Amino acid sequence: MNQCEERAEIVRQEQLTAEIFRLTLKAPQIASNARPGQFVMVQTSPCYDPLLRRPLSIHQTIGNEQVQLLYKVVGKGTRILAALTPGQKLNLTGPLGHGFDLAGKQAICLVGGGMGIAPLYFLAREILRATTPPKCIVLLGARTASELGSLPRDFMDIGATETHIATDDGSRGHHGFVAELLPQHLGPDHQWTVCTCGPHPMMKGVVSQCRAQDWECQVSLETMMACGIAACLGCAIPRADLSGPYLHVCKDGPVFRAEEVAWL
Amino acid sequence: MIEANLRVTIGDIIFKNPVLTASGTFGYAKEFAPYVNLHHLGGVVVKGISLEPRRGNPPPRIVETAGGMLNAIGLENVGLDRFITEKMPYLRGIGTKVIVNILGDSLEEYQTLAQHLSEIEGISALEVNISCPNVKKGGVAFGTDPAMAEAVTQAVCAHSSLPVIVKLSPNVTDIAQIAKAVEAGGAQAVSLINTLLGMAIDVKSRRPRLANIVGGLSGPAIKPIALRMVWQVAQAVKIPVIGIGGITTTEDALEFLLAGATAIEVGTANFVNPRVSQEIVEGLVRYVTENKLDGISEVIGGLIVD
Repeated sequence: MNQCEERAEIVRQEQLTAEIFRLTLKAPQIASNARPGQFVMVQTSPCYDPLLRRPLSIHQTIGNEQVQLLYKVVGKGTRILAALTPGQKLNLTGPLGHGFDLAGKQAICLVGGGMGIAPLYFLAREILRATTPPKCIVLLGARTASELGSLPRDFMDIGATETHIATDDGSRGHHGFVAELLPQHLGPDHQWTVCTCGPHPMMKGVVSQCRAQDWECQVSLETMMACGIAACLGCAIPRADLSGPYLHVCKDGPVFRAEEVAWL
Repeated sequence: MIEANLRVTIGDIIFKNPVLTASGTFGYAKEFAPYVNLHHLGGVVVKGISLEPRRGNPPPRIVETAGGMLNAIGLENVGLDRFITEKMPYLRGIGTKVIVNILGDSLEEYQTLAQHLSEIEGISALEVNISCPNVKKGGVAFGTDPAMAEAVTQAVCAHSSLPVIVKLSPNVTDIAQIAKAVEAGGAQAVSLINTLLGMAIDVKSRRPRLANIVGGLSGPAIKPIALRMVWQVAQAVKIPVIGIGGITTTEDALEFLLAGATAIEVGTANFVNPRVSQEIVEGLVRYVTENKLDGISEVIGGLIVD
């Protein structure tokens, strides 16, 4: 078990869009052990208001020293995060859970929606770092272009040249849902592995296309979570057959094979 | 760690310090090994065990509230057999007292659990969760009726060679009356409080935030209620009281000891800060040292009321 608690010093806080921020922290123990798809629990307030830590997926590690988190301001906890400045400290526990498993895959497609893009960047970097990287297509979706900001550029910059965009309002790229891009870009000449993270309806759409095409699919799920270390058992989700013991997102996930879980 | 006498005694058990971890908030201890030196703790109360494995409630199971959280986990656990074969080998090696929390929906289930666990090496005591509904008595919780609380206590005591701690529900009119009933039933100690029944609604969807509709409130928000109940019960019974409810800091722990608790259990705070139980032990060491006390037992019941 490589997880630990770390008082991480804030190196950089960047505002990418009106609501999206990127926080870079010095957390060498977590950085040196993290795998794409894993997450950290962030204590936003030392005064217990809000009480619980916030689970955030790791956006990337930089060297063996730094951890980067991408988050959207949605409530009290993330508002506190957004106000932090370099030099301040933040208590993190991690790296937690199981990440993506892409060993030996020849053709990979990453499908991210909204903040679900966060862990896929770490994954894309890892995939493209290989001496002979597998084929890698990146599909990014958001409600509007302004929600994506410079994220597509970041993927292009690390060599994900086949990065395509969809927006709900058509303000950038394909006008429609990101899942609709799959048949367009995933040709029949490869056995695809699709990795997806984003809002539940989006992932559900991706999963049903993968099932129809017989593509392997790995999904990164998000639930309410109190502890992140399988003590509270609050993050239960039903198995595909809706019977047997529940799966727990923090310990069994957050990345699952799509066929393991129920798509209700 | 600096030498300080933090020893407390409950029944025949001597704890190295009064800091235990509450059932359902510390897994089976292994989950916290990356964060806590488990042998520094006074003891660990493991996740509640039933005779058969329990699946628990459907999600969503938890919701954050002001200064606390609601949970409706539904007593998900691995069941007695897997607990003994998969969890006990690790627990025997953690270097602190292991208390096993048990739950059932009939007197017979409690008896069977007590009997089996008494034969297992490495268990220091049983903590009996009586907040569960008694299926044979129309689903009324054992812990809300003095006669039923006494009966379940007697049943466990009669079938166990281990010391029995009964964990009380706060969802009653007079908790001291229940405490007296379980004392009469033979309990060596009481622990309190379990969670307070609560609810939260999503106003957008007009639906309850928990699939179970209602759930148990825990965390700092409940501490004043827990402290009041511990104080009331400590005055009403002669057996030791273990204080539980929103304990997050050393000062919280000291408040419960002053109110009459012999030991305390740290619960929801473990989720927020996985190191908190050990930090409270360290805080108590400092308190005893700085105040030049002979031991932490000097603090117990030390509340001054003018």
